[in-house]
Amino acid sequence: MAEYKWPEEGKRTHIGKRISRIDGPDKVSGRAKYTYDLNRPGMLFGKVLRSPYAHAKIVSIDLSAAEKMPGVKAVKIIQEPGTEIQWAGDEIAVVAAETEGQAEDAMRAIKVQYEKLPHFVNEQNWDTIPEANRRKPSEVASGDPAKAFAESDVVIEGNYGNEIITHCCLETHGLIAEWEDDKNLLVHQSTQSVSANGGQFAQALGMPAGNVHLKMEHLGGGFGSKFPVDRWGIEAAKLSKLAGGKPIKLMLERNSELMVAGSRPSVFAKVKIGAKKDGTVTAWESEAWGSGGVGNISFAQNLPYVFGPAMQDKKSVFSVVSTNTGPNRAWRAPNHPQACLITMSAFEDMAAELKMDPLDFFLKNLALTGTRANVYRDELLKAAEMIDWKKMWRPRGEGAPGSTKIIKRGLGLSLHTWGGGGHASDCDLTIHPDGSVELKMGTQDLGVGTRTVLTIVAAETLGLPLSGVKVHIGDNHFPVSGGSGGSTTVGGISASTRRAAVDALNIMFEKLAPAMNTTPDKLEAVGQKVQQIDNPSNSMTWQQACAKLGTQPLTTRGKNPGKETLTTGGVGGVQMADVSVDMETGIVKMNNFVAVQDCGLIIDMKTCESQVFGAMIFGVTYSLFEERIMDSQTGKMLNPNMEFYKLAGLSDIGNFKVHMMTGKGYDERGVIGVGEPPTVSPGAAISNAVANAIGVRVPNLPMTPDRVLNALATKGEKKGGKS
Amino acid sequence: MSSSDEGRELLEKEAEKKPDGQNESGVSRRSFLKGSSVALTIPLVASGEKYVKAAGAQVQILGPGKVNLTLNINGVAKTASVETRVTLLDTLRNELDITGAKRVCDRGTCGACTVVMDGKPVYSCSVLAIEAQGHKIETVESLAQGDTLHPVQQAFWDNDAQQCGFCTPGFVMATKAMLDKHPSPTPEQVKQNLGGNYCRCGTYHGIKAAVVQASAQMKEMKGGKRNG
Amino acid sequence: MQTFEYASPTTKEQAVELLGKQWGESEALAGGSDLLSLMKDFIITPKRLVNLKSIKELDGISYNGRAGLRLGALANINDIADNAQIKKEYPTLAYAAGEVAGPQIRNVGTLGGNLCQHPRCWYFRAGFGLLAKDESGQPLVPNGDNRYHAILGNDGPALYVHPSTLAPLLISLMAKVKTFGPKGAREIALDQFYLTPKADGERGNVLLPNEIVTEVIIPPPGNVRTASYEIRHREVLDWPMAMASVALTMSGKRVSAARLTLGHVAPVPWPADEAAKFLVGKTISEDVAAEAGKIAVAKAKALSRNAYKIQLAQVAVKRAILQAAG
Repeated sequence: MAEYKWPEEGKRTHIGKRISRIDGPDKVSGRAKYTYDLNRPGMLFGKVLRSPYAHAKIVSIDLSAAEKMPGVKAVKIIQEPGTEIQWAGDEIAVVAAETEGQAEDAMRAIKVQYEKLPHFVNEQNWDTIPEANRRKPSEVASGDPAKAFAESDVVIEGNYGNEIITHCCLETHGLIAEWEDDKNLLVHQSTQSVSANGGQFAQALGMPAGNVHLKMEHLGGGFGSKFPVDRWGIEAAKLSKLAGGKPIKLMLERNSELMVAGSRPSVFAKVKIGAKKDGTVTAWESEAWGSGGVGNISFAQNLPYVFGPAMQDKKSVFSVVSTNTGPNRAWRAPNHPQACLITMSAFEDMAAELKMDPLDFFLKNLALTGTRANVYRDELLKAAEMIDWKKMWRPRGEGAPGSTKIIKRGLGLSLHTWGGGGHASDCDLTIHPDGSVELKMGTQDLGVGTRTVLTIVAAETLGLPLSGVKVHIGDNHFPVSGGSGGSTTVGGISASTRRAAVDALNIMFEKLAPAMNTTPDKLEAVGQKVQQIDNPSNSMTWQQACAKLGTQPLTTRGKNPGKETLTTGGVGGVQMADVSVDMETGIVKMNNFVAVQDCGLIIDMKTCESQVFGAMIFGVTYSLFEERIMDSQTGKMLNPNMEFYKLAGLSDIGNFKVHMMTGKGYDERGVIGVGEPPTVSPGAAISNAVANAIGVRVPNLPMTPDRVLNALATKGEKKGGKS
Repeated sequence: MSSSDEGRELLEKEAEKKPDGQNESGVSRRSFLKGSSVALTIPLVASGEKYVKAAGAQVQILGPGKVNLTLNINGVAKTASVETRVTLLDTLRNELDITGAKRVCDRGTCGACTVVMDGKPVYSCSVLAIEAQGHKIETVESLAQGDTLHPVQQAFWDNDAQQCGFCTPGFVMATKAMLDKHPSPTPEQVKQNLGGNYCRCGTYHGIKAAVVQASAQMKEMKGGKRNG
Repeated sequence: MQTFEYASPTTKEQAVELLGKQWGESEALAGGSDLLSLMKDFIITPKRLVNLKSIKELDGISYNGRAGLRLGALANINDIADNAQIKKEYPTLAYAAGEVAGPQIRNVGTLGGNLCQHPRCWYFRAGFGLLAKDESGQPLVPNGDNRYHAILGNDGPALYVHPSTLAPLLISLMAKVKTFGPKGAREIALDQFYLTPKADGERGNVLLPNEIVTEVIIPPPGNVRTASYEIRHREVLDWPMAMASVALTMSGKRVSAARLTLGHVAPVPWPADEAAKFLVGKTISEDVAAEAGKIAVAKAKALSRNAYKIQLAQVAVKRAILQAAG
């Protein structure tokens, strides 16, 4: 009898091994087809006319010239005259033409009159934010912070923050929309949410959800920004209808991608923190603000981060600042990287003030983290060993070994948490009489290796090699599976697949047991055989066993949630960074960067580690390079390109090491996702390493040369870098 | 006879030899070799040929409308009819359905559109299709032989140097071009030769390992051939 | 991108006739990386592109001990970086060429294109013109985000920085540029080639609309020690925030003549003549190099957000001098 619970460590054939992603050959060979790559028969190209102004009222729109342009098949207003536009790049009208050039020509021939209105786009300095753009602050508090500060031995204040960054997916947002007939819409969309988005199209278009077929083979990045169908998606579907149902490909331009298709909110905080002489943190108070464009953010509850649960006396105030910029979207572990930066920076500053090694200081305060304290302790010690912390760390400003007069080296650390878990997921597993196995699920691969995970779980459960399972995903006609967010995909899809495969096996065992002169509970499927557990010589091959199914394939529906806990939530992680800073140029270079992470039972060690490496590189990028730069005067984004919206390159990242916590205490928690947690700590770990190296805090990310030099120039004397 | 006339005649002769223009035989390759010296001055034009007199010579003017062109893609002559403003990248993707090269920044920064032109990696988003005539273009699709991956591709796969995979074809081509030129690249050469490509998911750790593996495998294969 | 006519002349005379007499009518196409990006953004909208790559005489790299180095305008950046003779006689030029952008740009990029490229100023690239003014004529850089803008030569309306990283070095190497236009050939010292626009419609160099760069001549190296130092945030494929190129003629341990040119600090490659003069007669030491750095930026004037660039320029000068002195 097959059981739902995950196999013990010694009994795993595929789970937890280092397995190369099964669609790797398609990706490295260019065969993998992304939405952007599809050329549908008779396809037209769509282009969106966007507002050049950050805040304006549309006075009039004249489509007549555009309609007459060569190759143009349809032109349509998106936002009618009278509408108030709230950010530059917002959609005004859309055209479809036979070639991309023709579509662009037509788009430029649309005449729009605007009435310009005052805009506000830069929220970094609280004093310059107009009253009208400050929303009512929210506050979370407990205990008596004022009393706790009064009773603290040491109280320090600091400013910490980070600029708005964008998702910058390499495959821009977009879709191909076409009408198969009057009633049925076929959409190929670049999305994190295959199962749900068909219904969203249907709702927006006023048609039955069953009439929308949505597909996606491969996805060129999402990071939290590709859940919605988006206004341009709906408009492409409407435009296709106007063009007689022809497929319309509408992929955002790079500049639009960076302006309107998602961003991570900024947060800027003034923090006061109190501690006893022995390093015990006793009180927290923060006043922060941040912006997600016109969108809302709920942030006050996030501070202090990780150390909040058991801290008695604390107060956190947060004000949302509304700006005339593209709205924020979920960005890999929403709120956590900002909260982590602010908290871990303040803690590290306190350690420096007390002249304590931050490793000891953080260890000392782990009780404040609540239930996960032991995990953090193990992870801190492991990370310290990996980066040789005790040998390499020096007090702030002294410079770690290898420092010179000009190049200062420093170490910093941070810890983080995230929920993860498993989202709702259905799948159909089919065993054919010839022994072949198919798995269908309406999920998607955000880059984590979804197909690989599904193959591993199904093959493991059925006792088959990986080649014995064929996986189909990326189609809303398949069983419904959740969107890829919150690091819940691998948990959800593993669990439903496990249940489907176990159920299928048990149905088979019922059929096979009489023929094998045993009972179903005595059978197992291992090594491409079905055999009697206590008498393995009583066996038949997988093929023979499947042939007993008769002519009908066997299909089982797997579900999550379901019987037996196969996935839980809640992880911890620790990261430590070792950097060198050129004191004359302010340029920060990564030397070493280590991560220790837990995520329960790991399905594929190779792709799991890749998620952590990738998150760390993401982190180096947002710590040192990337920021959305807005022009206060024109309200435009100044760097909507990949030249000045800077991503780290291959030579900017340094040496990385990753250690995954596995085995006892971890595996039995079931499968938990890992895409988000390791993106949380890099900002704090790298900021702390820079502070340790140069002797002063660089308050805001990214730590560009100007910010580093400014920090040195303005705080150098006060805090006394000994350099 | 002006050099232009010679060029046109030469190309016409070559065109006659080709049965369908799509032939992969040595005939088309030879035409490209010969054509490479002249094809830029006189690209093939089916209709609407226009000449202007400049400094005593007739110089052909192409566009602004569609121009018929022939491109040597992965050793095969491919024809397309595109406006002069269309890039090599968009011609590959939209006209020829060769979509391994990706459009990401479209401004010559990110490297996702990298193809190899006459042995050197270039950004296909920053080369006009009309300029690419007469040059030998290799795209990522040319590397694998059936199910057998090129050592660079195998190394990217083995080292999981890919997540979403959208930057991967560009990185594979840049890596392949580097290793063809520098079989044992120094860290400095890796930095310089792969510095023209960006990844967003963060696969650089795997890419570094892939370079090491592919370098070793390619040298082994070469050595094997010599010795065998 | 707007549609355009395309012509591939085979002689420079044909090219000049095919190019329009007015700015905006036509553009010369060489490597094209910068031009095509500007055309895609409708910053430059020529009706005709004149492809120069079929003009054989614009190509080529040749060196002889008396005349020095001749680089055709079409000389490829990577070929300059890889050329054995350049590596031997002008190692800094080979190095600096190898540091230009990334390999894909270097493989198509030409020397002429590098010298004639347009500024990366984000206001210019957003369509506000070289002098970066909004619809009402208000200049945008002084009160805008000028973190990458000029700290020298910024008294007038032009506040962008010239992007070429080869021009400062070539100026320090006393290079001359040859051009060909409607009135025939011209030869211009490279430091005289660049202009700072003072009013709308003015350009960043001396070229006429129908004039092209044909070659660059660099005198024999002589007893010169050279270095170029670029301060880039990212290691590769990033524009320097400041750079300096130095050529020191040595007489024993002392400097007998010096040329020092800064890049990415002014609308033109910026000659640091006073700092160069200071170096004459000196033995290079850390202090001397640092002092030269201070002198080089003595007249620098920060805009609202780029004071750090003064520090960077100073450091670039110091490090270039120390590197040259080796």
